[in-house]
This record gives sequence, C-alpha cells and structure tokens, in this order.
Amino acid sequence: MRVLGIAGSLRRDSHNRRLLRAAAALLPPDAEFVELTGLKAIPAFDEDDEASPGPAVEHWREQLAQADALLFATPEYNSSIPGALKNAVDWASRPVGSGALTNKPAAVVGASTGMFGAVWAQAELRKALASAGARVLDRELPVPDADNAFAPDGALADHDQELALGEIVAELVAETRVAIAA
Amino acid sequence: MSAPTAETQTKLPTGTWKLDPTHSSASFAVKHMVVATFRGQFDQFDATLDVADDGTAQLAGTVDARSIVVKDENLQAHLGSPDFFDIERYPELSFVSNEIRRNGDELVVDGELTIKGNTHPVEARGTITDPHETLGGAIKIGVTLETVIDRTRYGLEWNAPLPKGGFAVADDVKLTIELELAKADGE
Repeated sequence: MRVLGIAGSLRRDSHNRRLLRAAAALLPPDAEFVELTGLKAIPAFDEDDEASPGPAVEHWREQLAQADALLFATPEYNSSIPGALKNAVDWASRPVGSGALTNKPAAVVGASTGMFGAVWAQAELRKALASAGARVLDRELPVPDADNAFAPDGALADHDQELALGEIVAELVAETRVAIAA
Repeated sequence: MSAPTAETQTKLPTGTWKLDPTHSSASFAVKHMVVATFRGQFDQFDATLDVADDGTAQLAGTVDARSIVVKDENLQAHLGSPDFFDIERYPELSFVSNEIRRNGDELVVDGELTIKGNTHPVEARGTITDPHETLGGAIKIGVTLETVIDRTRYGLEWNAPLPKGGFAVADDVKLTIELELAKADGE
C-alpha cells in the first residue's frame, strides 16, 4: 500500500508537513509513505490548457495515480483552503468522472498556529475532494497552536491528539485495504 | 341498504410477467433549491412479476446504478461518486416485494428496497392494468408504482446549505416506476 502525503503549505518548515510525518510514523509496516513533490510548480487551472497541461500537472496526476491512498494536511488561509492546494485538486478532478481522484481513499487533517487548527479548511477540502469523486473519510483533526504542538520526536505532543491521528490513519488504511481488495 | 356494486377485482393476473425495457421507466424526483422539482432516471433496469395460480405474487427488480441519467455530466459524475450512489462499490439497487395487495386498479406493494448496501422496508402505491393482447399476440399488463424514501437512510447524505436558509436538495425523494410487462413465452 502506497500512501501519498500532501501538505497544503509550500513553506519548507511547514507545520503541516510535520503533521504528515507524525501521521506517517503511525502507518503499519506494509504501508509505504511518500511525500508529494512539485505542488508549487502546478500552473493555475485553465480549461484551455487541458489538452496539454504540461509536465507539472502530469507529474501531480502520476503521483496520485501511483498512490493507493491520500493523506492531506492543510493549513487555513483566510478561513479556507490554500489556493495552490485547491488549484491542484481542480486539475485532478478532470476529466469529470474519471479524474485522478476518482474513488481514491483520502483523509484530511490540518494544523494552524491559531486556535482553530484549520478546521474550516479541512471541511472545505473534504467537500472539494468528495465533489471530485474521492472516497473521503468523514473525520477531521484540527491541530491548533502548531508552534507548540509537536514533541521533539515529531509526534503530536498532546496524547489525545496523537491517538486521534492514529485512529484517522487506521481508518484510512482500512478503507484502502477494502479498495485494493475490490 | 346500498345498491349492489360490481365485484371488485382483487386477483392479480397469473403468470410470469417480464419487463419490456423500451417502454418502461425508473425515475426519481427531489425538491431542489427549496422551490423546484428535479428529475432524473435510470436507463438500465429489470423487473419481473410472478403470480402463482394460488394468487401468491412477488415483484422483484434491479437497477444498474451506473445507468443514472441527468442533464449535466458534472452532476452525473458526482451522483456516481462516493458522495452519492458510490457506483464503484454499489453498482446495483434492488427491490423485492413481501406482499402485493390489489383493490380494483389500485396496487399496494410492500417490500425491501436496497440502495448503497442499505435495506429498508418501503410501501409503494400505484395501479395495475389487466392483460391485453397486443401486436404479435403478446399479452401485456401495465404496473405503475410510487414511493417516497428518505435518501439519508440509504447513505446518500450529501447536501449544501443555502445562504438564506434551507438546503440545496431535500431528503425526501419520490421514486416512480412505470412498467410494461409481457407474459413470458410458453405461458
């Protein structure tokens, strides 16, 4: 099983990339975790470019196609999904009904430095992914105060949050095993 | 004392009655944006009515969830996704009756409806039209049935709140089947 981790922030020291790695540490041994590359290079979605969207979009779609499951960790910009991430979802939703997200098991978590833990961005990302045809877990994990949320070993410092992250990872793995078996 | 009335027909026509798919339909209607009614249909489905000589009867049918037809391809794709029918995992809807009651032209069918792996009892009401010999000697009957289900009980829970209140799609959905059934060969 191959799990693709997708951080919605482009920043090198992103809290959400740390959150992805905390989640990856909770995956079972037979799951391979890979981090997405190339999000920043994806151009703005334009229907006129769909016939030849270019290498960045193709690379994004290839990474999705090679993954059995998707794990998103998103920050929240102005109460919503970061533009680059939403743009990537829009590219992946096409062609309608057979895009790279169709029936792909996906989970969404999120961290922010504020007190709400990107909860709105997570809700909106789940909505957009489901609309694009993905099989989205109805779970969220808002991690607030991200500057202080991680222990030195990279796990979530709060025990309950670490447990909740483990549950989400386990649900995603279970859902993916069903999808692979089908 | 009231005047005697004609005897009310309560027997179903005996035999095995098979679907004429070209002249039948399976459709749904749901309130949309609070104010209007949105309709769609399934193009591929099957149904059989079996009526034994002793009057016991069963109506059974299946619908290919992948054959859903609406006027917009984006909506069609969304209806097939896990948000709605999840056609990858649940390619078929099914119905099987437990009891069929007839009173004149009126028909009441109790049965079990399965959508997206969820099975619940439903009562459908409609009409039956008695056998009639048609072109080529085919014997046909007509059956129409309607029922209203709460789609959220069947795992179709998607909705969107509207800015001024209310939701984009109602929970109650009216299902309608209009069947032209032909007596099976050899009967």
